[in-house]
Amino acid sequence: MRRVLLADQLATAVLWSIAGSVILILIAIIAHFLLAALPDFTPSFLIADPSTDVIGGVGPVLWNSVYVLALTMLVTVPLGVLGAVFMAEYAGTGRLIDLIRFSQELIGSVPSIVVGLFGFAVFVAATGWGFTALAGALALTVFNLPLMTRLAEQAMRAVPDDERSASFALGATKWQTIRHVVLPIAIPGLVTGVILTAGRVFGEAAALLFTAGLATPGRLNFANLNLLDPRSPWSPFHTATTLSVYLWRINSEGTGPVVDQVANLTAAVLIVAVLIFNLGSRALGQLLQRRITGTRS
Amino acid sequence: MESDIATEMAAVRPERVVLAPGIDVARRVTGAAATVVVLLVGLLLAFIAWNGIALFRHSGVPILEVFAPVWQPDPTSGETTYGLLPFILGTLGVVSVAAALAAPLSLGLALFMAEVAPPWARRVMQPAMEVFVGIPSVVYGWLGLTVLVPFLAANGKWAGFTSGFSWFAGSLVLALMILPTVSSVAYDSFRAVPPDLRTASLALGTTRWQTIRHLLLPASGAGIVTAIVLGMMRAAGEALAVQMVIGNRPLIPRSLFQPVTTLTAQITLDMGNTVAGETWNEALWTMGLVLVTMSFAAVVLVRLLTRRAGPR
Repeated sequence: MRRVLLADQLATAVLWSIAGSVILILIAIIAHFLLAALPDFTPSFLIADPSTDVIGGVGPVLWNSVYVLALTMLVTVPLGVLGAVFMAEYAGTGRLIDLIRFSQELIGSVPSIVVGLFGFAVFVAATGWGFTALAGALALTVFNLPLMTRLAEQAMRAVPDDERSASFALGATKWQTIRHVVLPIAIPGLVTGVILTAGRVFGEAAALLFTAGLATPGRLNFANLNLLDPRSPWSPFHTATTLSVYLWRINSEGTGPVVDQVANLTAAVLIVAVLIFNLGSRALGQLLQRRITGTRS
Repeated sequence: MESDIATEMAAVRPERVVLAPGIDVARRVTGAAATVVVLLVGLLLAFIAWNGIALFRHSGVPILEVFAPVWQPDPTSGETTYGLLPFILGTLGVVSVAAALAAPLSLGLALFMAEVAPPWARRVMQPAMEVFVGIPSVVYGWLGLTVLVPFLAANGKWAGFTSGFSWFAGSLVLALMILPTVSSVAYDSFRAVPPDLRTASLALGTTRWQTIRHLLLPASGAGIVTAIVLGMMRAAGEALAVQMVIGNRPLIPRSLFQPVTTLTAQITLDMGNTVAGETWNEALWTMGLVLVTMSFAAVVLVRLLTRRAGPR
């Protein structure tokens, strides 16, 4: 009998220490980069141009990351939310919804480097655009669309059926119910979904290598507002090396005295961005939940 | 006040948009948006498959040559052989060891979250796991390159490490990356065990550990396998982090402590150095086709497993 109790206590201790060590690993990773970056960090690193001899900055690459992110979300969010409305409200059960779900799983399983190959063949070579921010954004859409759709669908399915019944009882049509009842209640979940998807886009690199490009980031001329000029940072047709791609690039081909510092700084910026995305999505989701439903949950 | 209500009624009034009787526009539009993913899968499959067989179709490489153990794609340095076996075995090897390293920790973590953790611990762990997943793979790669690889090179001579770039380094970095994935899927399957069964078991006077060992683990067997398969799938598709630490030697993997390479790492490295239409480039597409085939097989496997586990 005592052995059984001892085994139970031992197991509990082991499970606690596993959880503890996983948290410690995570803290160690974050602390490692923040500490490695701290001595060389100046706010100008975020806006200055990259350099090989002195610690320059990541201004253009950070801009590209934000730009590609915005472009991706511009396609992913409307398409994902509309698709989710169908999945949650219209589709019911049947062959079509099974096919859509299976497709979502398949595309979710495709390695991002393969999505990169696909993006290269379709958005870079076949269109003749070359390496562009738009090609990168479309490639990212390919594998983020299923994630966005799934998260949005979950948010809508979480809306209680009572709300729908009440709306129908008032004489509202299906679409009015979706627009004025389901979507507003689902907003906290939708926002969380958008931010989680955005975080993944921000960190992705493999799918962008052959689509948005690996070019040496140069000075950006923000005065150039011509949206069709590939040299304009505002244009979807400019070559857009993002932050994650930049980190890979300086490691694989970077030479010079400050490569390590620049890479550590870049990694730290990426980690801080992840923290902002994840913790921010939680906080914002909870805030909206309170604002919209007036409840605490 | 009255006019307020009137305007609001007017705003809500537009009936569903009907072009012709019986056609619900909203249903059509959202349905089209939802179906985009089906088209994307079809398009992606078609492109990868068509370009993936160009190696045989266009360059006339015999299909069986893919299983040769030698990779010599450069026509300027002699006879070429497009053997993909080193990459296939490299991917399988790196991924299996990563899963073996990650599984005990992930399952322990999932058990902790599902059975042991008090609410405050769960509140800490959940966002922590999300951050864990969110850290970009290049950051893990850079960590491996600057911390793990030098450490192995300095302290691993007795085990047979030469440079630190190795199968083991690749597996360890991947294990770290898939840990949250595996544990969150396993957690879901532990939670899916009906609470009644737990209560029944505890009512028989068993300890928590006995309930876990004799009830929870057997009951969620299929879920645990699903979690590990999904983790391996993620690991097999990971490119940049692995490429940074694995050494990138196209050799049949023989030792955990020596450099090897994977399908994804080789595509990453060679894509920029080759030109479309070149046989070397076509071989990279074939690697992509192999990867897609592997991950689709994993998806089907997971489907079969979840069906066996019954409806959730």
